Amino acid sequence: MDGMHDLGGKQGFGPVKHRRDAAVFHADWEVRANALYSLAVKCGVFNMDEYRHAIERMTPQHYLSASYYERSLTSLATLCVEKGLVTADELAQLAGGAYPLAMPSALGRHNHANRVAFVPGDLVRVRDEHVAGHVRMPGYIRGKHGVVISQSPVYPFPDAHAHGLRAQDEPTYDVRFEANHLWPQGAEDAQVHVAVFESYLERLT
Amino acid sequence: MTTDTTPIASIEQRLDAIQTVLHRHGMQPAEFIHTFDELAHEHWVPANGAKLVTRAWTDPVFKQLLLTDGVAAVREEGLSMPPHHRHFVVLENTDDIHNVICCTLCSCTAFTIIGLPPDWYKDLAYRSRVVREARTVLREMGLDLPAHTQIRVWDTTADTRYMVMPQRPAGTDGLSTDQLAALISKDALIGVARI
Repeated sequence: MDGMHDLGGKQGFGPVKHRRDAAVFHADWEVRANALYSLAVKCGVFNMDEYRHAIERMTPQHYLSASYYERSLTSLATLCVEKGLVTADELAQLAGGAYPLAMPSALGRHNHANRVAFVPGDLVRVRDEHVAGHVRMPGYIRGKHGVVISQSPVYPFPDAHAHGLRAQDEPTYDVRFEANHLWPQGAEDAQVHVAVFESYLERLT
Repeated sequence: MTTDTTPIASIEQRLDAIQTVLHRHGMQPAEFIHTFDELAHEHWVPANGAKLVTRAWTDPVFKQLLLTDGVAAVREEGLSMPPHHRHFVVLENTDDIHNVICCTLCSCTAFTIIGLPPDWYKDLAYRSRVVREARTVLREMGLDLPAHTQIRVWDTTADTRYMVMPQRPAGTDGLSTDQLAALISKDALIGVARI
């Protein structure tokens, strides 16, 4: 889905608030939020693709106003409701107030019917597709072309795995794009490497 | 039943509520929080990545392994990665090439090796900007690269994990392994600093 999470190339956010040796956590509750969603994954309540997608399904207003660990918590709570561990009303009652959750999921999809394997050096294009459910393709590479640098082992296909669908595992490719091709006349010179699932790619002819 | 006008519960109240739910389902959350806290602060530390880099600086055979089969090198050094990190790619900086890693979609990192990502890595500004204006972002963060240096940005959009291998600084021939490792920060392993 073209959600608020898909930030690569968005403009206007201003300087990075960087400090040397910056902290990972700023409060105990942040450690707890991270621990609790990791525990739910470990216990098989949901997988990491479902976790990512539930963050992506937060309304843009909520996503942008929430801190990183509030987004973790919202995903965890949303999935606990969707998986039937608790109802939304029970959760609000336990919390003693309103409990904002993510929006419902659209349908997932299977591997691309015409996916093909690539080897290093192949020229590829990212399929010009708009996906309603989860997709792990940053929007800034959609329809763009690049060159395959290497291949990874196979992984569950996120567009299916985030929706509880069975699908074939597939490799990802390290694809090199030129920043000036991704954002013509609108980027600084750099090579941008993106790990792209096989189903998202087609041969450039 | 809550209505649109019900005030939103505080973040701690919402966390307590979900912790109660996990507890009721027998997942022992209090115990796991303790375990996780220890892993995050004691075990998933950039010293692990620094150890790999230091060894690669001093052992050409290991360097070759680290650059061609990162997962095997991690194992050989007695470190570990979670099972879903099946591919670990180490990116060597040179005089002419500078590598920097990010995750525009969220926050993925090789957290067992370089530590959990720092706050700014997960913020909107870094995620949105570094793929599009890397040179400016790095300069703002204190790393002013020469104009001839090619920048490679690595967006962690799948389960391949990355670590930058900084260049060994000149004049460090006499340093011990521990002294070398102490030079290598989390920022250097992400690629927003050189050493």
